[in-house]
Amino acid sequence: MTTGPRDRREGCPAAAPAQPDTGRRPAPARAAVWRQSLSVGIATGTYGLSFGALAVGTGLSVAQACALSLLMFTGGSQFAFVGVVGAGGGTPAAVATAGLVGARNGFYGLQTSRLVVPRSWPHRLLAAQATIDESTATSTAQAALHPERPELARLGFWSTAASVFALWNVATLLGALLGDALGDPRSLGMDAAAAAAFLALLWPRLRSATPLTVAVAAAVVALGCVPVLPAGAPVLVAAAVGVAAGWWTR
Amino acid sequence: MNGWTAVLAASAVCFAVKLLGYVAPPRWLERPRVARVSALVTVALLAALVAVQTAAADRAVVVDARVPALAVAVLALLLRAPFVVVVVLAAVVAGLLRALGLAG
Repeated sequence: MTTGPRDRREGCPAAAPAQPDTGRRPAPARAAVWRQSLSVGIATGTYGLSFGALAVGTGLSVAQACALSLLMFTGGSQFAFVGVVGAGGGTPAAVATAGLVGARNGFYGLQTSRLVVPRSWPHRLLAAQATIDESTATSTAQAALHPERPELARLGFWSTAASVFALWNVATLLGALLGDALGDPRSLGMDAAAAAAFLALLWPRLRSATPLTVAVAAAVVALGCVPVLPAGAPVLVAAAVGVAAGWWTR
Repeated sequence: MNGWTAVLAASAVCFAVKLLGYVAPPRWLERPRVARVSALVTVALLAALVAVQTAAADRAVVVDARVPALAVAVLALLLRAPFVVVVVLAAVVAGLLRALGLAG
């Protein structure tokens, strides 16, 4: 729910040993897709626990935390949403921040719509909601690994989305109930935990000089705006650093 | 703020963004510049959230128990600790420093 497709080496042609099954042995390839989907789902479950606990720690109800995981269903945006709400930001700032963090899903849809090939509007709407980091990563990896078997890319997309959806939502509920039972979020260091969660989400994206520079500049701009702007606004102002850097660098 | 309004509006916006990839003419989103802006906006937003969540209290920049907690999180990330370990370590450090009265 949090890392881009390039962070999932599993299933990439370069990382996998040469596999001779090109259609004659359909079962192993399908089983491998299911195994990968399940392991990705279990991994995101741990993020879901953190999300549920942090959401309740910032003042959302258990039902609101669960609604975010069911309806928004894109982890980075969900963390960003509770971050802005926790800082005292208003509805417009929380909505805008969540939407901007989720912008990459629009780009994923371009790729996955060609792999999933939805044939009706209900199908298309369901595929759109299922378009997240993990389903995109699994389906594009399968498309690269088995270009002659598009059904594996489709299977990877839906099986990963289903696995992540189930485990992410169960984990959110458990985390929210746990957070609710634990009590005072500040004495438990939940505010620091939220900061660490954002850093861990950011970490895999800092692999070259440009994103690193953008990250430092955005942090400085955001803190510079804290004394003069209402809560939530400094984060949105810092987004301009990313826009400017993306527009003028190459 | 009304929590439910924000939850539902933000969810609707995120769904609309996802749907965009299925209905937009590909040439709109396929420009390299647009993809680059999207990637770097995510980086900028997450970095700003780290900064604000670590050092902002209402309308002031403060140094409290969250700063050493984040330093420990950086160390854990450098040692390739899993997500949940990073998050729990930061909470434990901040919670301990506050319980011992060493930081606000």
